[in-house]
Amino acid sequence: MLTTEEVKHIALLARIGLSDAETEKYRKELSGVLDFFRELEELDLSSERQGDGVPVKENDTREDRVAEFGPVGRGDIMKNVPSGKDGFIKVKSVF
Amino acid sequence: MIRELHEKLKNGETTASGLAESYLARIAERDGEIGAYLTVLVDEARRAAALVDEKIARGGTIGLLEGIPGAIKDNMCLTGTRTTAGSKILDNYIAPYDATAVRRLREAGAVVLGKTNMDEFAMGSSTESSAYRLTRNPVDTERVPGGSSGGSAAAVAGNMAVFALGSDTGGSIRQPASFCGVVGLKPTYGRVSRYGLIAMASSLDQIGPFTTSVEDAAIVLSEMYGYDSMDVTTAESDGKRFEDFLSGDVRGLRIGIPKEYLSGDLDERVRKVFLEAVERFRSLGAEIKEVSLPHAKYALPVYYIIMPSEVSSNLARLDGIRYGMSANDRSERFAGSDTLLETYLDTRGYGFGDEVKRRIMLGTYALSAGYYDAYYKKAQKVRELIRRDFADAFREVDLVFSPTAPEAAFRFGAKQDDPVSMYLSDIYTVTANLAGIPAISFPVGAIEEDGNDLPLGGQLMGKWFDEETLLRAADAFEKSGNT
Repeated sequence: MLTTEEVKHIALLARIGLSDAETEKYRKELSGVLDFFRELEELDLSSERQGDGVPVKENDTREDRVAEFGPVGRGDIMKNVPSGKDGFIKVKSVF
Repeated sequence: MIRELHEKLKNGETTASGLAESYLARIAERDGEIGAYLTVLVDEARRAAALVDEKIARGGTIGLLEGIPGAIKDNMCLTGTRTTAGSKILDNYIAPYDATAVRRLREAGAVVLGKTNMDEFAMGSSTESSAYRLTRNPVDTERVPGGSSGGSAAAVAGNMAVFALGSDTGGSIRQPASFCGVVGLKPTYGRVSRYGLIAMASSLDQIGPFTTSVEDAAIVLSEMYGYDSMDVTTAESDGKRFEDFLSGDVRGLRIGIPKEYLSGDLDERVRKVFLEAVERFRSLGAEIKEVSLPHAKYALPVYYIIMPSEVSSNLARLDGIRYGMSANDRSERFAGSDTLLETYLDTRGYGFGDEVKRRIMLGTYALSAGYYDAYYKKAQKVRELIRRDFADAFREVDLVFSPTAPEAAFRFGAKQDDPVSMYLSDIYTVTANLAGIPAISFPVGAIEEDGNDLPLGGQLMGKWFDEETLLRAADAFEKSGNT
C-alpha cells in the first residue's frame, strides 16, 4: 500500500495538483493497481534482454539540415496558445 | 458496402452529395440518443461531396473511397477542426494540420462527416470517461459501446458512417468492434503512420478502421498505409491493395487456439460461441491446432506498466502553455497560479479526468528512481518474452484465434468501482499491441442478456505485416455466414 507521502511525491513529479481528499482516493486506487503487478515478481529475468515489440527496423534519420518554414502555419499554431505576445508564447518566469 | 456504393456513384444511381445528406440526416435523427459524434462537419462534408460529384460530372474516374462518408476519432488531427481527445484540457484546441492517415483518406476522396467520441486520451474500455458525453451502444442503448474508440464503433454500428477511424493501444478498436457487432482492425505496428494521432503510448498505438465488412476494412487500410517521413516507425509499402487478397479460400490455413485463453474462468456463453466459430473455420477447411502462449498471463500487468509509463511522458506536453486549457485563464477557479509550477499543477489537476491522472501517476511511479528496474525494465523484458511466444507460435500456425473480449457489452456504470475490473476487458487484446502484430475483431455470434442479443467478436491475430492472411480468413468467415 502506497503511503500518502509517496502519492504526494508522485503527483508533484507528474505536475498534477491534488487536494488531500484526492490524494487519499488515488492512494487507494493506485495501490490496488500495483497489487495487480505482483504477478511479475515471480519471474526471474536477470538473463533476459529488453524488448520493445517493434518489428526490426534500422533507425531512420534525416540529414542534419536546417529547414526554414518562415511564417507557414505560425498563425494556426499561435491561435492555440493560451497566452502569447508578438508571436511569442508567454510563460511565467522559470527562475 | 463500399464497393456497392462505389458502383452506384459510378453509374449515377446515387450522388456523393446525396450519400452525404442521407448520413448527415441519420446523424441528426439518431445521434442525440447514441452520442457517437463530438463534432459534426456538415459544411465540410457537403463541400467534399460536391467536389466528388463535380469530378464524376466531368467524366473523371473515381477511386473506391471517393464520395464515401466516414468518421474520425477525436484524437486525430483534422485541420481547422476542434480536436479534443475526449478531454476538457483540449476543449478549445483547433488542429493546425491533418494526421497523415486522415490526409490520405481525404486525398482518396473520402467525405469526413465528423469527429467521434472516445474515452479521455484513449484511456478506457467503455467511452464512459469522455469529458463530453455518453456514447450508447446502438445494439442496446443501456450498454456501453466499448472503448476507447466507442464513438467510431457506434457511428458505424448505428449506420451513421460507412467507416470510421479508431486508434488501438491495448484493444481500443477491437473491443468496441466486438461490443457493437462490427469489424475493427488493428494493423501491424508500423503499418499506418501515427503522425497527427494524439499520442497515448508510442510503442503500442496504431490507427485502424471500423467497418461493417472485412472487405471494407481492407479498402480503408489500403488507402492509409505506408511509409511516412513524419513517423519513422512506419514501414515501406509495396503498393499492394489488401482487398485484392480476399480469395475466400482458407483450406489448409493453420489456425492456432491459445490454450491459456480458454481457461476455466471464461464465461461459458462466450466459450460456446467462440468454439462454434472455431468449428466454422474447420468446416471451411482450415486446420485447427492448439498453441501455447506461456507468458500470456503476464500480458495485462506488463501492459499496465509499459503503457502508463509512455503515457506519463506523452501527456507531459499538456501543460497549459502551448495549447489547450490553461489555469492562467481560470483565475476564478484557483487560489492563484502565481508560479510556473502552480500553472502546471492547476491546469493538469483541473483539466485531466480521473483515469488519466491515475495512469499518468502509475507511469510516473513505474519510471521513478528506485522503481524503474522492478517495474518498467522488468515489464519490457516480459514484453520480449511475449513477442517470442508469438514468433514461436507462428512457426506452427498462420493465425492465432481467440475471443476478442471475455464478455459482451456491459451496462453503464458496471465497472466504475474498481479500475482493475475495467482493465480486465483487455485481457485478450493487449498481447497484439505488445508484440506489434496485426489483429482483427469480426462478429462471430451473440449472447442473450435481458432479452437482447449482444454481439460477440472473434479475434484473429496474424504475423507481422501479414494483414493479407488475417483479412482473407476473417472475410471467408464473414462470407460463409451468408449462405
